[in-house]
Amino acid sequence: MPAVKETVETVKTIDVDQYKYGFVTDIESELAPKGLNEDIVRYISAKKDEPQWLLDWRLEAFRRWQTMVEPTWSRCHYPAIDFQDLHYYAAPKKTPGPKSLDEVDPELLRTYAKLGIPLREQEVLAGVEPQNRVAVDAVFDSVSVVTTFKAELAKAGVIFCSISEAVKEHPELVRKYLGTVVPTTDNFYATLNSAVFSDGSFVYIPPGVKCPMELSTYFRINESKTGQFERTLIIADAGSYVSYLEGCTAPKRDENQLHAAVVELIALDDAEIKYSTVQNWYPGDSEGRGGIYNFVTKRGDCRGARSKISWTQVETGSAITWKYPSCILRGDGSSGEFYSIAISNGYQQVDSGTKMIHLGKNTTSKILAKGIAAGRSDNTYRGQVSAHRKATGARNFTNCDSLLIGDQCGAHTIPYIEAKNSSAVFEHEATTSKIAEDQLFYCMQRGLDEEEAVALIVNGFVKEVLQQLPMEFAVEAQKLIAISLEGSVG
Amino acid sequence: MLEIRNLHVEIDGKKILNGLDLVIRPGEVAAIMGPNGSGKSTLSYVIAGKEDYEITEGDILLNGQSILEMEANERAAAGIFLAFQYPLEIPGVATMTFLKAAMNAQRKARGESELSPGDFMKAVRGAAEKLGINPDMLKRPLNVGFSGGEKKRMEILQMSLLDPAYCILDETDSGLDIDALRIVAEGVNALRGAGRGMLVITHYQRLLDHIVPDVVHIMAKGRIVKSGGKELALELEKNGYADYVEAA
Repeated sequence: MPAVKETVETVKTIDVDQYKYGFVTDIESELAPKGLNEDIVRYISAKKDEPQWLLDWRLEAFRRWQTMVEPTWSRCHYPAIDFQDLHYYAAPKKTPGPKSLDEVDPELLRTYAKLGIPLREQEVLAGVEPQNRVAVDAVFDSVSVVTTFKAELAKAGVIFCSISEAVKEHPELVRKYLGTVVPTTDNFYATLNSAVFSDGSFVYIPPGVKCPMELSTYFRINESKTGQFERTLIIADAGSYVSYLEGCTAPKRDENQLHAAVVELIALDDAEIKYSTVQNWYPGDSEGRGGIYNFVTKRGDCRGARSKISWTQVETGSAITWKYPSCILRGDGSSGEFYSIAISNGYQQVDSGTKMIHLGKNTTSKILAKGIAAGRSDNTYRGQVSAHRKATGARNFTNCDSLLIGDQCGAHTIPYIEAKNSSAVFEHEATTSKIAEDQLFYCMQRGLDEEEAVALIVNGFVKEVLQQLPMEFAVEAQKLIAISLEGSVG
Repeated sequence: MLEIRNLHVEIDGKKILNGLDLVIRPGEVAAIMGPNGSGKSTLSYVIAGKEDYEITEGDILLNGQSILEMEANERAAAGIFLAFQYPLEIPGVATMTFLKAAMNAQRKARGESELSPGDFMKAVRGAAEKLGINPDMLKRPLNVGFSGGEKKRMEILQMSLLDPAYCILDETDSGLDIDALRIVAEGVNALRGAGRGMLVITHYQRLLDHIVPDVVHIMAKGRIVKSGGKELALELEKNGYADYVEAA
């Protein structure tokens, strides 16, 4: 069990309070003035040199947003956010549209090196093992700084670039699909994102193409008092396949930072998209100060027949997580999957889950959610499964398990199930358990110390979900889980 | 030598052990018999280092050194093994994974290097075969869905792989049919000798037909009230505990 051992060793080198990614990179930034109004929306659009149609799209969203109120139905509690006290655009100054790694500010590259992710990429650049290659897009504050492997992907016909670049180079695709899964009117945060999104990733896989490598985006919030609003759009054309990974970190800061992303996935006939996230935004300190407010709208549209979308998430960071990666099962025979590990410790609040909307005939979905609550945290699974009148033969299987560590945390499961036709078969299983003192004692009697014992039991608990992650990510996630639970017992 | 001196133990203010004295010599198999509620399981937990108990007086010495300040895992690495009456389930953790984690944790605590995967597999396969454990079972999560007999066999498997200096077997016969009992007893007997001390805790004489003890101690109301040879167990079987409990 080398990964668990490694986990434990990593844990031992870290202080309770030590968020590994909590450094600030000293880089000169170009900031928009604080606050949000039509001028700021125009400023962002102008900075990106956008076409009129996109500016109009943003303005429409902004006007809509002004009429909306912040949702309060989640179980997360936090002081009201002052949306006028934030910068809505921040860009590293020295990087006007880099074309290759050489053009990127070395300070930025050092940041990515510190974060670990690019090590893999650097290996890749050095020509290590072709099957392990990962193409990376990195978004620093608001701007995409580097996308690797573009040329090679282009050979396969795959487009992988920042969304700003896609607006310029592939306007017909962006215009055709942007906002078709998460409309600008969708919800408070998605609408805000539509008005002010600054960058993000864009992927298009042409018909019949199996993307030759994993695609990955790395998000980093650096600037203080900045909101990060990235927008990701992935289109898998008929019969294609893509696996996409996303990682997130932020510096330690005493104030809360806002992150409101939108991700839209579109799978056409027989296409498959696998989307994996390891979210490790700064969770706040042990007193509950600081941390990222993570309000994210992620939705996949199985638009074509027999298409498939699979979400896998490992959520360990953020002070508040409000996130429901969902699937609209529109195409006949399409299928959706949601695999989730949500860990909360300290004062973190998680309200996360999924929606599986069955519209087409013989559509299937599977939900496997594992929540782990420790410290004084609160961890809620909220999930909706519904079948439309025409969705005959719809099937869903849901399994939600919660594990409590200690007696000051909470776990909640809130399922919404709705079947409008009699042929739908929905199954729901849920369990809540506590790491029993007896279980820990048993492991310790065999020689494991307390932290090794917790890591072993927790890794057993989340195993089925970890297995869904690409190999390298699974190891990373396993480490992260142990680090997140550091100091949760005893 | 494992030595328990004048041990007084409470849980939630309730006195369970009441000045217990006991010595287990290297290579010796000692049996403790006693009625329900006499404190037998508490004794096994306290030796192994379970935290819920308050030791108000007395000491436990392993080769002359007190182990009271040691964590359960440190005691394990020092050579104390407890075969549980009710072995715990560890969902999602393959038995093989668990065995390897335990063996390597103990080796590391003793400053030894980790086993190579080859040596580990060889050791596990050999020990499993002796106990009639199907190798497929080792891929299943530890104790999850195992029968009572399988769980007990798994305890003996761990005992043989961890090679402890002192084994405590807590009601190992409970929940076993006669065939399972024989297999488990054979496994235990194979580990006798070589300086290994054993403490066999049981209600009934029948286990002692299979694991023949060198000494038998009778426990009542939290202490040892009588010690003798293996014939003491037979006498108990005939006359019951009543006299001893009254005298205690």
